[in-house]
Amino acid sequence: MSYEALISRKNEIMKKSVGIDYSLYEKGLIAFDYERLLSDPGYTTAQIKTIQSDSGVGNTPLKELKNISRLARKFSLPGYGARIFIKDEALNDSGSFKARRASISCYHAKNMGYEGVIAATSGNYGAAVASQAAKYGLKCIIIQECFDSKGIGQPEIIEKARACEAYGAEVIQLSVGPELFYTFLKLLEETNYFNASLYTPFSVLGIETLGIELVEDSLRITGKTPDMVVITNAGGGNVTGTARGIQKATNKKIQIVGASVNLKGLHMASDHDFNKKSFTTGHTGFGIPFITNPDRSDVPRSAARPLRYLDRYVTVNQGQVFFVTEMLTILEGIERGPAGNTSLAAAFSLAQKMKEDQIVIVQETEYTGAGKHHQAQMDFARQNGIDIYFGDPRSEIPGKSIILPRKISDIFTEEIPLAAIKESFIRNAVKDTPEITQIDLNYLVEETNSDIEFVKNILIKYNTAWEG
Amino acid sequence: MVNKNAWVQIHKIILKPEERAQNLPEDTKKVPLEMWVKGYLLADACINDIVSIKTTTGRIETGVLIHENPAYMHTYGNFVPEILKIDQIVKSAFSNGEADE
Repeated sequence: MSYEALISRKNEIMKKSVGIDYSLYEKGLIAFDYERLLSDPGYTTAQIKTIQSDSGVGNTPLKELKNISRLARKFSLPGYGARIFIKDEALNDSGSFKARRASISCYHAKNMGYEGVIAATSGNYGAAVASQAAKYGLKCIIIQECFDSKGIGQPEIIEKARACEAYGAEVIQLSVGPELFYTFLKLLEETNYFNASLYTPFSVLGIETLGIELVEDSLRITGKTPDMVVITNAGGGNVTGTARGIQKATNKKIQIVGASVNLKGLHMASDHDFNKKSFTTGHTGFGIPFITNPDRSDVPRSAARPLRYLDRYVTVNQGQVFFVTEMLTILEGIERGPAGNTSLAAAFSLAQKMKEDQIVIVQETEYTGAGKHHQAQMDFARQNGIDIYFGDPRSEIPGKSIILPRKISDIFTEEIPLAAIKESFIRNAVKDTPEITQIDLNYLVEETNSDIEFVKNILIKYNTAWEG
Repeated sequence: MVNKNAWVQIHKIILKPEERAQNLPEDTKKVPLEMWVKGYLLADACINDIVSIKTTTGRIETGVLIHENPAYMHTYGNFVPEILKIDQIVKSAFSNGEADE
């Protein structure tokens, strides 16, 4: 079957494989009922907590990084340098917070009578789905984008394939290209398995417990709610679910900061660029397109909508994340995978601008091992012609160099102005609609967490009218 | 010769360059979309033969036989001495603070 013929039947295949009729949620011309999409599956927070604690997921420890906090304080003004805590999500079964997302998807698939689950992912989510599928006796297929056209695989992705196979999953490895989605649809049709997409309500609801726990942990350990939570952002589910959980746990305002590795200039669908990057997720190559157009995902309406929740969005570079990963190992005695430390690199810098009695929480870690380790990934980069050296991290060029900070004070975050991101979001949302309704207008306000004047000004800029 | 029921890996072209999606970068457009998958060999065969396999989910896939008992060969890579330098920078700053350079 041709690529186009299969893609044209996408919505029909998705409806069957997720068990959700997304058309029921459409409103106005561009809007949809987001809260109803998330509440309709009918899972309460208490139920989700039980499902997760019954399946090796959640209740991970929140650890104070006392040495790293002390180091950050040395580079802060007097009275500044917040306490840095980390939620050690690597201790979930399968080694990452993704187990939270997989647990509800697999529980739901089992309850709905599906024989198996399929997920398209090169990240930790594959191992998470495979692990949860093993518990529920579900068959499991994981589809990865893994190799370039020379057959050279990203070591991190090859390790995840091993983990998936260890949990009994069938792993389909593909070369570079967005037609992974074609293989995915074909397999959904062939097997009638459940689509354990990262972007369903089940996946996002599963992360809410992480937000709830970190507030409860912080209250128990410090007597206070955190002032800031830093969350690695790629497809947006991590930010969305965590922030929703935080809002369920407390009415106090907690600053939600998204962090991504800066991979500016690398094309995500390029065969040549594929092995020039050292991070296969948590980077701007996913972060920016998904935040400005969440419905580009593998379901008609993504439940991951980070722009609704973010207060700030920052980037760090690859060299800084490797540096901070080693810092966590050598100063705190906690050896974890680099991708999960993206938010730690950001938090280390952000904490220096916060008062010393304030609390910043880094909300995840991930497991490490052969392939999925800063040593393996820096060597792989070097083998692929990337220059690795100590210098000014601000001059790192993704795909050409990895610049390690010469000194602690070189570690920085770069702010991505959220107003520009919100403008892109609105532009994408109205691009085929010359006039929108009042419902759509209100929807754009909610989606961008802004106000009506902000949205109207952008609509005028892009020649879009509104009703009323 | 690889025996029937051996655990093997096959390789297959999913889309030829001319069948690939529109809007791909030039370098990706020039190469096929390839697939690798593992399973039990359904009949005796030689490496490079076109074979059928049964995967762990019970699906039948066809492709070129490339490995018997495919191994995981990923490692921690060659030693990266910069990691030791990071340790020095971090520990020295932790104990003494950092002199402006």
